Amino acid sequence: MDLKTSIAWLIPLFPLAGWLLWGLFGKYFKGLSGYIASAFIGISFILSVILFFIVAYSHGFTDTLYPWVHAGIFKVGVSAVVDRLSVIMLVMVTGVSTLVHIYSIGYMQGDKGFSRYFSFLNLFVFSMIMLVMSNNLLLLYVFWEAVGFCSYILIGFWYEKKSASDAGKKAFIVNRIGDFGFAVGIFLLFFATKTLNYEKIFSMVPAMPVLTVTIIALLLFAGAVGKSAQFPLHVWLPDAMEGPTPVSALIHAATMVTAGVYMIARFHVLFSYSPTASEVVLIVGTFTAFFAAFIALTQYDIKRIVAYSTVSQLGYMFMAVGIGSYTAGIFHLISHAIFKGLLFLTAGSVMHGLSGELDLRKMGGLYSKMKITAITFIVGGLALSGIPPFSGFFSKDAILADVYNKGFYFAWAVGEITALMTAFYIFRLIFLAFFAESKVDKNLHVHESPKIMTLPMIIMAFFALTIGFIGIPPFNHSIFYNFLHVDFLNVNNFAPIVNNTPWYFLSLISVAAGLIGIYIAYLLYIRKAVDPEKIKSMFKPIYALSYNKVYIDEIYDFLIVKPLLAFFNFLWKVVDIKVIDGAVNGIAGAFAGFSVKARKIQNGMLMSYILTLSIGAVAILFYYFIR
Amino acid sequence: MDFFMKYLLTILIFFPTASIFLLLPINKKNESLLRNLSTFLSLVEFIISYYLFVYFKPDTYKFQFVEKFNWIPSFGASYFLGIDGVSLFLILLTTLLTFVSLLSSYRYIKEHVKEFVILMLLLETFMLGTFAALDILLFYLFWEFMLIPMYFIIGMWGTGRRIYSAVKFVLYTLAGSLIMLFGLIYIFIMHYNQTGNFTFNLLRLYHTNIPAGLQILLFIALFLGFAVKVPIFPFHTWLPDAHTEAPTAGSVILAGVLLKFGVYGFFRFAIPLLPTAALILAPFVIVIGVVGILYGAFVSIVQRDLKRLVAFSSVSHMGFIMLGLFALSAISVNGAVIQLLNHGIDTGALFLFVGMIYERMHTRQIKDLGGIAKKAPILTTLFLISVLASVGLPGLNGFIGEFLILIGSFRYYPVLTIIAASGIIFAAVYLLWMFQRVMFDESATSPHSSEHHAEIFEDMNLREIVTVLPLIILMFLMGFYPAPFLDRIGPTVLHFISMINHHKIVYNAIKIKAGLSNA
Repeated sequence: MDLKTSIAWLIPLFPLAGWLLWGLFGKYFKGLSGYIASAFIGISFILSVILFFIVAYSHGFTDTLYPWVHAGIFKVGVSAVVDRLSVIMLVMVTGVSTLVHIYSIGYMQGDKGFSRYFSFLNLFVFSMIMLVMSNNLLLLYVFWEAVGFCSYILIGFWYEKKSASDAGKKAFIVNRIGDFGFAVGIFLLFFATKTLNYEKIFSMVPAMPVLTVTIIALLLFAGAVGKSAQFPLHVWLPDAMEGPTPVSALIHAATMVTAGVYMIARFHVLFSYSPTASEVVLIVGTFTAFFAAFIALTQYDIKRIVAYSTVSQLGYMFMAVGIGSYTAGIFHLISHAIFKGLLFLTAGSVMHGLSGELDLRKMGGLYSKMKITAITFIVGGLALSGIPPFSGFFSKDAILADVYNKGFYFAWAVGEITALMTAFYIFRLIFLAFFAESKVDKNLHVHESPKIMTLPMIIMAFFALTIGFIGIPPFNHSIFYNFLHVDFLNVNNFAPIVNNTPWYFLSLISVAAGLIGIYIAYLLYIRKAVDPEKIKSMFKPIYALSYNKVYIDEIYDFLIVKPLLAFFNFLWKVVDIKVIDGAVNGIAGAFAGFSVKARKIQNGMLMSYILTLSIGAVAILFYYFIR
Repeated sequence: MDFFMKYLLTILIFFPTASIFLLLPINKKNESLLRNLSTFLSLVEFIISYYLFVYFKPDTYKFQFVEKFNWIPSFGASYFLGIDGVSLFLILLTTLLTFVSLLSSYRYIKEHVKEFVILMLLLETFMLGTFAALDILLFYLFWEFMLIPMYFIIGMWGTGRRIYSAVKFVLYTLAGSLIMLFGLIYIFIMHYNQTGNFTFNLLRLYHTNIPAGLQILLFIALFLGFAVKVPIFPFHTWLPDAHTEAPTAGSVILAGVLLKFGVYGFFRFAIPLLPTAALILAPFVIVIGVVGILYGAFVSIVQRDLKRLVAFSSVSHMGFIMLGLFALSAISVNGAVIQLLNHGIDTGALFLFVGMIYERMHTRQIKDLGGIAKKAPILTTLFLISVLASVGLPGLNGFIGEFLILIGSFRYYPVLTIIAASGIIFAAVYLLWMFQRVMFDESATSPHSSEHHAEIFEDMNLREIVTVLPLIILMFLMGFYPAPFLDRIGPTVLHFISMINHHKIVYNAIKIKAGLSNA
């Protein structure tokens, strides 16, 4: 094993060791586990950065640690791919993880499950690193499910709360529905190519029938829809907010939920050879971006607003990969990971300061009481709204410009409207929480969070402000593009550029959309030019639709869950007990009735036995003679 | 040592029986000695079986540790033993689970301890004999003898309608077995008619020529015997009753070992003896296997009794195994064998946990349970690992088996495999929902019935941890590093597949010939 492969395998080793340490011996470490866990992830981060530079200045590589499953022609090893795409992801994952770990030391202070928390957080980081590094579909699937499991266990971390354990279970099951499609996609892919190794698959894709490629791509996309919470499987993510807030920042904003986007970028060969599948990705992404932003407009729970925002922003990323702009998709993935992680951490800080309050109607005027939280939150909000020079401006505009220049005007228009709504809902939150008149409970001692929490927030805010500059000069000449597009050279260019509209013109529209959104929020909640209640009653049906999350949960419950449960009960109580077991007992009963009569034969008279025996013997002899 | 190695299988099979003589003189009042000694002896038995694993040559499909003596020469019956990669692990599973079951019964079995441990050891002999026998008469004897101790275990130490369940179990299996016996004897006679030799030697009977039509009839006969044991839908209704009413040890052995005999019967007897029929009927078996997967899962979702839920989940899991076996691809059969072991480990563990909860709460009604997680973190953690293994979470053993079964079957039965794969969604539904209601949520009903118990709910003690620990370790080992298992199973499965493929070629040639002559 040479130096670079050693470094690569050391990256997942530290969080793995952390998981075992806190999981088994957590109670002996007490409060220390948080610090050591953060240090472990920090080491992984430093190693990731080193690996990043190794790969950037030489080239990517693959390596197999050990052969894993071997049956017939099915041979799969524990093997990694380290290329530019995976090192970027590694740096992002370990970097955000380190900050979230440090933040958690403060946030989870005094929780009785302190070590358990860090144990699972480390297991998550290990799984996410392995997911990014996997070099075959089986390994990818394994860690795809493993991150889902960590999400399940961390959402339900406070399992005494029924809503928390419900949310965890819901997340797992909804993800399983997507993973079912993902698994079938893997079966089909193995059937078509006889391998699960990425490189071998990609080399065969161009020669495969387009229909096969399309079906496989769509099945894999089903997994992405589940994991990245896209419509119609988005329902688990808002409920996932029952978990500790740093978990939402790490898993439900920065890393796990972006796995679907990463997967499509990783399988860009497959998706680019199926324009149909890519179009489906684009449609689902565009619709989800709009749909989730629409719900976020009227929510009062600050974490749920940010959660719906995540669903919406993931929609943008799917738009990008759906039109073959893989670098733009990954760029937004990275910048979103930072500013959305920041928004969650700051939302957690608000919660912390208000003793767990999440309802916007019980906030207001927090700016003066928690300045660092407020300012960092606003930085995140500006980035999310796409206001220059914050990172969201560069990354979101890169997507929207590509969408426009590749000729998808409708998707572009939806994207711009969504941008306006995005700026509105996040600034509605900011104004109501930090600047509107205070409705905070008077008995509550509002306080700024400790340094161990604010420091990661400040670092994240710094990057939310600066990371966008790797996106200049804009579009297909940027530092980021030039670095990453090396990995996407073997795509089929199914969506060529048809326009050459200059970037500043398109950016002007986006920025205008963002500013209008902010201004409307300002008019409504600071200037009070119009009473929001008035608008509510003017658009009552639409408001109700948004406020009730388009009734999706209710629809699922009514159309799927209830009928299925009734059917399963029917199967058990009627088919199993009455029909099958009834038949069995019926037969048994018939035999019992028969044996009552047969008992008469057994009358204890020797003569009748002999008679019966002789008749039998004669019958057998007779049979043999006539044969 | 030479003697030991030469007669290893015989020693292994009859060591438990022999050890009964050590237990007999002990006063039946001295329960702790009886328990400790029998558990220790079963541990020794497990260690003996471990020698099989150590000295097993992984690179051949041929039977190993073969012993052969004439038994009833005039009938061609012999004492013929031997194991291959498949029976090797089933034997190891049996010895491990017997040890685990005995260890798990310290608290649950309070009456007739002496009878209980003797019956368990006797059962172990019969189970091991059934897996090692290569003579069909010997096989059949062991096979039927198994019923007797199991009947008493359910009937004497069970709960609720235990007599009904025990009788149902015996009658169900006996009915199937008799039809199976008829089929086996018919093959025996056909072989005699063709060669003029009486033999019960399985390996020779493999070469009996049986016309396709007759094969189908005989296959159905054997099918009924094995299908009841598996159990395949719709022959499963004995299982929820027997599992639910049996004591924990009985449920563990039932799920962990006895259900395996059905699949083992197909693998060792029905398919190789009647390959043409197996090829023709495979699609039908797969259809009912897949129906069983979904049916078992659906019915599990709505169960109210914790143990019955786990019992029904077996129907679903065994459906996966039938799919893998009858898809007759090397990958899927490997998966089926691995999954056979996994099911024994995972479901065995689930029954152990259900037993521990029942011992503490005195109820198995899911609605009366709840809030255990707060009181018992060790139990919660280990139970959760077992649940997740059963759900098929990657990294644990259940995943490898399911994945190999599905990816191997997809090639031949794409649509049915997709339907089967949807079972992984429902497995998550019934197991996680169950876990949430039993461990997390506060109980929905009266405070005095259950919460009272939950207040004093004690966590697992050292004995209980030792009981489940081997199973938990295996879940991780087989999930992360299945190579030691797959390497030994592989050659046997490959041989099995090549035998079937050979028949496929012959069978297709006959079909083509028939087609030509018709034209």
